[in-house]
Amino acid sequence: MKETPLSNCERRFLLRAIEEKKRLDGRQTYDYRNIRISFGTDYGCCIVELGKTRVLGQVSCELVSPKLNRATEGILFFNLELSQMAAPAFEPGRQSDLLVKLNRLMERCLRNSKCIDTESLCVVAGEKVWQIRVDLHLLNHDGNIIDAASIAAIVALCHFRRPDVSVQGDEVTLYTPEERDPVPLSIHHMPICVSFAFFQQGTYLLVDPNEREERVMDGLLVIAMNKHREICTIQSSGSEMQ
Amino acid sequence: MAEPASVAAESLAGSRARAARTVLGQVVLPGEELLLPEQEDAEGPGGAVERPLSLNARACSRVRVVCGPGLRRCGDRLLVTKCGRLRHKEPGSGSGGGVYWVDSQQKRYVPVKGDHVIGIVTAKSGDIFKVDVGGSEPASLSYLSFEGATKRNRPNVQVGDLIYGQFVVANKDMEPEMVCIDSCGRANGMGVIGQDGLLFKVTLGLIRKLLAPDCEIIQEVGKLYPLEIVFGMNGRIWVKAKTIQQTLILANILEACEHMTSDQRKQIFSRLAES
Repeated sequence: MKETPLSNCERRFLLRAIEEKKRLDGRQTYDYRNIRISFGTDYGCCIVELGKTRVLGQVSCELVSPKLNRATEGILFFNLELSQMAAPAFEPGRQSDLLVKLNRLMERCLRNSKCIDTESLCVVAGEKVWQIRVDLHLLNHDGNIIDAASIAAIVALCHFRRPDVSVQGDEVTLYTPEERDPVPLSIHHMPICVSFAFFQQGTYLLVDPNEREERVMDGLLVIAMNKHREICTIQSSGSEMQ
Repeated sequence: MAEPASVAAESLAGSRARAARTVLGQVVLPGEELLLPEQEDAEGPGGAVERPLSLNARACSRVRVVCGPGLRRCGDRLLVTKCGRLRHKEPGSGSGGGVYWVDSQQKRYVPVKGDHVIGIVTAKSGDIFKVDVGGSEPASLSYLSFEGATKRNRPNVQVGDLIYGQFVVANKDMEPEMVCIDSCGRANGMGVIGQDGLLFKVTLGLIRKLLAPDCEIIQEVGKLYPLEIVFGMNGRIWVKAKTIQQTLILANILEACEHMTSDQRKQIFSRLAES
């Protein structure tokens, strides 16, 4: 289905409300919506609810051969999918722009920031390494997908346990969860994205825009930071700001 | 092998068909068959029973029962197509067995003839406006379907405007058509909705509750602030009050009304009336 168009009446009301510093759900300008994180029964499964936006994250691992130019490092693979139940406008063929943008942002935030120690994922150099796969599914779209997705990804990675492996000479033994407890991943820091929506030619900021606010905003700034005050990724999109 | 299966099917079919009268107010599931009152005497628990042919003229008193949303005629019985509670309304006057329907909850709207809805104009092509009503297809609205519109005197409708109109054609095989004029040629409240105000979406069940006669919620809301409000059967509500703050409060109350008991609601209203 095509996306429901935004009527002139709504746009005018939202912009006027923002001029008067009022948001639709009564939040202040720098207030986040309530975040709820719940875990599934498997290791590495979590659901993050940011207001009504819901993302499901699942981490899985597999032993594969490493890439040729990175023989001693494990492989990280991220995939964010916009499920058709998230919004009527999401259809199999139609989401490409938004999907590519979100996936690229997730990769830059999590992979380029080196939050996971990929060297520790190596089992036998040049032959066997762990491939960690993070699958994120958007279940409901009410604005600010990127924040919810980044929280879901890092929480799922922290929750995940991979099977224990021991190497003796040429022999590699992979233990099942019954034989030896699974081992957590080695995570250096936890980058989390925060989105700012710009209005009135960049003079007014709102944190955590919901779906209506995203439709009328001028621009979007996403900053990924960890608790050590390091910026992992920063991206600005939308119209010019003065 | 075939016999036990057919016996099981027969007993299943027999046990599935319940009298509609006994199920009123209970939850019914799609696939259930319901017996109308006049058939309960004829059908025994085992299935079809032979009825002696009567030579009297007034033998078969067929009562005309209307099948409402969520129900479908299936032979002699009613087949349930949506899950929800079964409801019945006695006929006001004259003959007839009344109306049976299923109260179900959903958010997606399916256009129905005669429904008044709020639509958003998406395109103007020649003489027709394309209006998004939340269904699978945009509805078409001719520029002549406004009060006082002629070929020379066109209505002032822009893309992105809100329209309150009713469906004249709405079925699953054709694109729905709507008009902003009733059968006498008068607007009767329909047409382009004014510029300010807020449009928001709620579930279809809440709209039906709010539009029921003597709805408490509407009376209480009316006592709070002076306001203008339009309800569309497609789940859209347009509300306008004097200030933005009041409009936002009203919108949040109406959205929250779905999940609140009447006591909680009264508490919130009394708190708002004080401040």
